[in-house]
Amino acid sequence: MNIEAIKSIYFFEMARTRRTLLQSVVSPVISTSLYFIVFGAAIGARIQEINGVSYGAFITPGLIMLTLLTQCIGNGSFGIYFPKFTGTIYEVLSSPVSMIEIVLGYVGAAATKGLMIGTIILLTASLFVDLSIAHPLAMIFFFVLTAVSFSLFGFIIGIWAKDFEQLNLIPMLVIPPLVFLGGSFYSIDMLPPFWQAVSHFNPVLYLISGFRWSFFEVSDVNPVFSAAIILVFLTVCLSVLAWIFRTGYRLRN
Amino acid sequence: MAPIVSVSNLSKTYASGFKALKGVSLDIEQGEILALLGPNGAGKTTLISIICGIVNPSGGTVLVNGHDVVRDFRETRAMIGLVPQELTTDAFETVWNTVTFSRGLHGKKPNPAHIEKVLKDLSLWDKKDNMLRELSGGMKRRVLIAKALSHEPRVLFLDEPTAGVDVSLRKSMWEVVERLRASGVTIILTTHYIEEAEEIADRIGVINGGEILLVEDKTALMSKLGRKQLRVDLSHPLDAVPETLSSYNLKLEGDGHCLIYDYDTSAERTGITSLLAALAEAGVRLKDISTRQSSLEDIFVEIVGAGR
Repeated sequence: MNIEAIKSIYFFEMARTRRTLLQSVVSPVISTSLYFIVFGAAIGARIQEINGVSYGAFITPGLIMLTLLTQCIGNGSFGIYFPKFTGTIYEVLSSPVSMIEIVLGYVGAAATKGLMIGTIILLTASLFVDLSIAHPLAMIFFFVLTAVSFSLFGFIIGIWAKDFEQLNLIPMLVIPPLVFLGGSFYSIDMLPPFWQAVSHFNPVLYLISGFRWSFFEVSDVNPVFSAAIILVFLTVCLSVLAWIFRTGYRLRN
Repeated sequence: MAPIVSVSNLSKTYASGFKALKGVSLDIEQGEILALLGPNGAGKTTLISIICGIVNPSGGTVLVNGHDVVRDFRETRAMIGLVPQELTTDAFETVWNTVTFSRGLHGKKPNPAHIEKVLKDLSLWDKKDNMLRELSGGMKRRVLIAKALSHEPRVLFLDEPTAGVDVSLRKSMWEVVERLRASGVTIILTTHYIEEAEEIADRIGVINGGEILLVEDKTALMSKLGRKQLRVDLSHPLDAVPETLSSYNLKLEGDGHCLIYDYDTSAERTGITSLLAALAEAGVRLKDISTRQSSLEDIFVEIVGAGR
């Protein structure tokens, strides 16, 4: 194992986060605060509670997930796409580094950054609402595994993308609808039966539901299903990556 | 001594169907400077990219110090430094960080003293805290060389290192190359500047259309393929080459003031003695004579032209 290389990639990526601190950290904090003002104050005034949880607190896990997913996909994809775009990828490809080490470096940094921002949002949220975490270990499980698997997913997108449009396609066009329709701001019990059924095909519903359960012990789906879904997603991402490593897809061809 | 790099029957066909390499075999000896010459699209960069691990080969093998570049990539890539053709740099990084990053990538523990030496050797020390985007093209090129040297490689690939580099920088770059060779580093360079290859390389390889046309010791190549030209300046101009000299295929140039005679140094008889005798017999008075060795460029054009 080339530990020096993993450390080099990881800290090199984290250094970029430090350079773009304003964009990386301040911007999600501002947007989350806006969500709390708009949804918490305006809508929360009309919806007092959902399943016994105050509305402001209820939306917090969904807001964290929204940022976590977009940040992790964005960081994971950009981290590997940018060297491809500028051409500096030659150096990583010509180094004595296995693909697993490359992934550990890039995905580790992307997930770390996502977790940092998720934590900041959690702290910001606690300024607006009373938060309690009923199952801290489960919360960490969902938080970390979601960050890792979506950073992996982002990494795959970064390898696949041939231009900036493709790079932004999934984080901009696919993830927000899935998060918004995945029960971030409501319980799916509030939907008509048809849309409830449709919602069950949305994988993000399971993530948000499981994550919310770890806070308040209320969920749209059984938290065991949620844990299973995230593990399945992680396995799928790892399998796709294994295939990419074996074939050199869009990296060494 | 076993070659440090041994390429056998290497082929590469890209997904588009383009055959970049067609069964290339090449041995590179330890400590030599090998210049790879070839027109654009000849396969030079593909060959280097496969040896360095950037591109997967379609067939054949490459051994670096006895290790297979695919199977034992950790051993081979740790020994190799690569300076790519394109000026690809992380615009927002500092010189120091980007060179330190390269060393870490190659699995070496941090060694600020070595990085300092490399930067000083390449006259980059005073720029170590500058962001790469602030540097000129020539300095960026030197940063790429510094990155390639950061992990103390035994084999260094320089892909068109002097493209777009001014004369003085080019000279100082070759001084660095000379010092590296003196320290035992094997150097493989590709270049369009044939005079460079002629000046610094020990051996010359010519590649075209994905095939190695020849690999020869530079001096042997020059003497084997080198043609010479005898130029005879005349005291009085001639209207035409005299009939009696027609067998020498002379060319009359300079408004009849000069006769040009091409001859082959490797031939048994160059024909110079008899030509001079024949000139005297024909009553042609000579003012001066000089000879010129054909350059590597002439040889290159000849080889590549013959391969077409």
